[in-house]
Amino acid sequence: MNSATDGLGTKAKTPERPRAIDTVRAGLARRYARERRFRFFGWLAVVVSFVFVAALFASIIASGHQAIWQTRIGLEVDFDPQVIDPEGKRDPAVLSAADYGGLVKRALASVFPEVTARADKRALSDLLSSGAAFELRKKVLEDPGVVGTKQTLWVTASDNVDMLMKGYAERDATGAAAGLQAKQVAWIDRLIQRGQIEKRFNSTFFTGGDSREPELSGIWGATVGSFYTLLVTLFLSFPIGVSAAIYLEEFARKSRWTDLIEVNINNLAAVPSIVFGLLGLAVFINFIGLPRSAPLVGGIVLALMTLPVIIVASRAALKAVPPSIRDGALGIGASKVQTVFHHVVPLAMPGMLTGTIIGMARALGETAPLLMIGMVAFIADTPGGVMDPATGLPVQIYLWADSPERAFMERTSAAIMVLLVFMVLMNSVAIVLRKRFERRW
Amino acid sequence: MQAAPLVFVLLALTSVAFYLGRGRSLRVANGSVRTLHSLPSYHGFYTALWCGVPAFLLFAAWLSFEPTIVTKLVVAELPQEMREQPEARIDLLVNDIKNVVRGSIPARQVEPAVAAAAERYRHLEGLSSAALAVLVLSLAIAGGAYALRAIRADLRARNRVEAVIRAFLIASSTIAIFTTLGIVLSVLFESIRFFQQVPVSEFLFGLKWSPQVAIRADQVGGSGAFGAVPLFTGTLLISGIAMAVAVPIGLMTAIYLSEYADRRFRTVAKPVLEVLAGIPTVVYGFFAALIVAPVIRDTGAAVGLSISSESALAAGLVMGIMIIPFVSSLADDVINAVPQALRDGAYAIGATQSETIRQVVIPAALPGIVGGVLLAVSRAIGETMIVVMAAGLAANLTANPFEAVTTVTVQIVTLLVGDQEFDSPKTLAAFALGLVLFAVTLVLNIIALHIVRKYREQYE
Repeated sequence: MNSATDGLGTKAKTPERPRAIDTVRAGLARRYARERRFRFFGWLAVVVSFVFVAALFASIIASGHQAIWQTRIGLEVDFDPQVIDPEGKRDPAVLSAADYGGLVKRALASVFPEVTARADKRALSDLLSSGAAFELRKKVLEDPGVVGTKQTLWVTASDNVDMLMKGYAERDATGAAAGLQAKQVAWIDRLIQRGQIEKRFNSTFFTGGDSREPELSGIWGATVGSFYTLLVTLFLSFPIGVSAAIYLEEFARKSRWTDLIEVNINNLAAVPSIVFGLLGLAVFINFIGLPRSAPLVGGIVLALMTLPVIIVASRAALKAVPPSIRDGALGIGASKVQTVFHHVVPLAMPGMLTGTIIGMARALGETAPLLMIGMVAFIADTPGGVMDPATGLPVQIYLWADSPERAFMERTSAAIMVLLVFMVLMNSVAIVLRKRFERRW
Repeated sequence: MQAAPLVFVLLALTSVAFYLGRGRSLRVANGSVRTLHSLPSYHGFYTALWCGVPAFLLFAAWLSFEPTIVTKLVVAELPQEMREQPEARIDLLVNDIKNVVRGSIPARQVEPAVAAAAERYRHLEGLSSAALAVLVLSLAIAGGAYALRAIRADLRARNRVEAVIRAFLIASSTIAIFTTLGIVLSVLFESIRFFQQVPVSEFLFGLKWSPQVAIRADQVGGSGAFGAVPLFTGTLLISGIAMAVAVPIGLMTAIYLSEYADRRFRTVAKPVLEVLAGIPTVVYGFFAALIVAPVIRDTGAAVGLSISSESALAAGLVMGIMIIPFVSSLADDVINAVPQALRDGAYAIGATQSETIRQVVIPAALPGIVGGVLLAVSRAIGETMIVVMAAGLAANLTANPFEAVTTVTVQIVTLLVGDQEFDSPKTLAAFALGLVLFAVTLVLNIIALHIVRKYREQYE
C-alpha cells in the first residue's frame, strides 16, 4: 500500500478522495439489496405463472366438476294403454307417436294433486326437462311390455332445477331463485323431503349430441367430429410431413430451391391459424366445392397447419441417426433409397411419431380455422363420416361458452376438462414413446 | 358403385398386382433369383404402382370435377325462364335440387321443374358413378397387365420404383410452397375484388367501421363503412396489454430459471410452463370471458370505475398469460446461448450476479430477446379465440383499456360465420383484413427470424 508507484500513492494520501475499496464497501449494502430485490422479482415472476396455471385449473374444475351429475326426478308413471296404444297392436309407429308428454304431466300432477290452476300446472311441468317425454318413449320402444304397468322412472329435471340442486342458484328473500318462481322452489323442497329428486350420474353428457336444452346436451357428437377431423389430418400430414423431412434431410442438396422450401416451412409455422381458415374457405369450399362444415375440409386445413410441426420434428429425428448407419448400408451395396427406408427411417420413427402426436394434440385444440369453414353450425346428430356436417370439441366449447344459460357454463367447463384429458393423454403417449424408444448414439 | 367400396376394390386389385408381379418375376428367373436385375418384390411394387397410381389419379380427378359438370348439365336442361334468372337465384335453385336429391326436402314440396331436374341429377349421378367404376377398374387392370407383360429378367424395376418414391418425396416437400401460394392467392384475389368496391385509402385510413350493408335502399343503419383504423387500434391495444403482461413476467421467469434456480426447481417449473403453452386457446377464451372479465368488472365497480364486461383489459390480460411461456422459452434459449466467459469476466471484476445479468447478459442477449418479443407480438396480433370470446364487437376508436374494443381477427370471424353471400363487400372485407393480418405477421416473422439468426451466428 505504501507509495512505491507514486501516481497511486499520492492519490491515496489526499483525504478528500476516498479509496476504491471504501467506495465499494459503502455501496455494498445497497448493491446486495438490489441483488436480493432482482432475485425476488425473478422468483415472483415464476410464482405468478404458477398462480395463473392454478387459477385456470381451479376455476374450470370448480365450475365444471358437478356436470357429471344430473338432477333427476323420480315419478310413478302409469303407462296407460289407453293413451299409448288404444288398439293394443303394439305397432312401433303408434307407440312412438303417443302423447308421452301428457303421461309425464299426469305422473307429476299425481305427486302434487293440490295444483289445479292452469298457470300453476304449467309451472309444475316446467320443473321437468322437455326430454322427459322422450325418455318415456325410449323405455316403451325398448320394451313394449311396460305398457299397462306402473313404474317408478327417474326422468331428467330442467336446467333451472339442476342449477338450484347443485347450489349455483341463490334463493332470494321471496324464496324464488334464478329462473324459478317461489312456488316452484317450494315444490322442489317437497320433492327433496320425499326423496323424489336426486343427483344421478349424467350419462347424457357423455353420449348425447348438442342440444338447445343444457340438460339434454352432450359432447359425444363433437368428440366424434373431432375424431374424424383428426383422422383426416393424420392421414394427410403424417405421410406428407415425413416424406418432406426425408427429402430435405436425406436426398436434397442444399440449393436455392431447398432454401425456399425451408423459408416457407418456417413462415407457415408462424402464420395465424385464422388465415389457414381463410385458405380453407376460399380454396377448398368456394373453389373446389367441398361441402361446408365437413370434417374432410377441417382435416385438410389442420393438416396444412400441422405439417411444419411434423417436418421439423422428423428432420430432428433423422439428424440424430448417426452417419455410420448410412455408410454401413451403402457399403454393402444398398441403394440410397434402400438405405434410407430400410435403415435410417426405422431408427428415426419414434422421434417422428412423437412429433406427429404432439402436432395432433395441437390440432385437436385448434378452433379458429374450423369456425371459418363452417364447422360451427348447430349440429345435434353424431356425424357418420368425413363428409357429414360436424363440429369439434373446441368448437363445442366455444358454442356453449356463448350460450346465456347458466347451466351451459357448467357443461363448457366439463367439456374443457374432457378436451384437456385428451390432450394430456396424447402428450403422455408422446413422452412415453420418447422415453422408451429414444436411442442415444 | 359408391366411392368407398370402389376404393377398397382398387386397393385389393393393387395388392393382387403386387403378388402377380412378384410371382411372374420368379417364373422369369426360373428359380435363380440372381439372374434378375431387381429383387422380386421390386417387380411386385412395379406392377402394383402401374395398377394403382393411374387408376387413383383418374378417380381423384373424376370426383373433383363430377359435381360441377353434373350441375352444369342439369342447369342447362332447366326451362328457359329459370335459366335466365340472375346467378344468385340459380345457385338457390341448384341448392334446392341437391336437397331434393339428398332427400332433405320431399319432392312434392317443390316446383315440378325442380323435381324433374332433381330426377335428372340423380340419373346423371348414377350414370357418372357407373362410368367411373368401369373406367377406373379397367384402367387398373390394363396398367397391371402392361406391367406384367413388361417384366423380364433385365427390367430395372428397382430404379423405376425408386424414381417414383423420389418423385413422391419431392412432391411432398413442395406442399409447403403451395400452401403459402394458396394463402397469398386466395386472400389477394378476394381482397382485390373488395378494393374494387371500397377504395384502399378508405379501408386503411377510414375511422368508421360498420360493415352492415343495406339490403334495401330504405333500410336504416345500413351505411356500410369500411374504415379499418378502429380495428387496428383495438388490435394494438389488446396486444399491447398482452405484451405488458407477458414480456416482464416471461423475461424474469427465463432469467430466474436459467441463472438462479437450482435443478430441482427447474424440473418442476419447466413442465408447468409447458402446460400453460399447451392449453388450447379456446380454453383461455372461456377463462377470459366467463371468469376474468366478470372479476375485473366487479372490482372496477367496487372502486367506482365503470368497466365494460367486454373490456380490452380482460382479453389482453389473458392473452398475456397465454404468451408468457412463449416469451420465456425463447428468452431462455438466447440467455443460455450467451457464452459463460462473459459472465465469468463480469464476476471477476466484482459484479454481483444481478449486475452481471443486467449489464452483461441481457445486453448480449438483447437482439435475440427482441426477436423473440417480435414473434410474440405477431402471435398476439393473430390470436383469435381469446378476443372472439372476450373482446367486443363494437369498433370503438379508443385507447382506454376499460372500454370494449374489437380486433381484426374478431371482425374476420364475425363477417364470415353464419349466412353469407360471397360477393358482398361484407364478406370480401374479411379477406382484406386477412390480407393485412397475413402481411403484418409475415413481416414481423421475417424481421424476427432474421434478427435471431444473425444473433446466433454472433456467438457460434
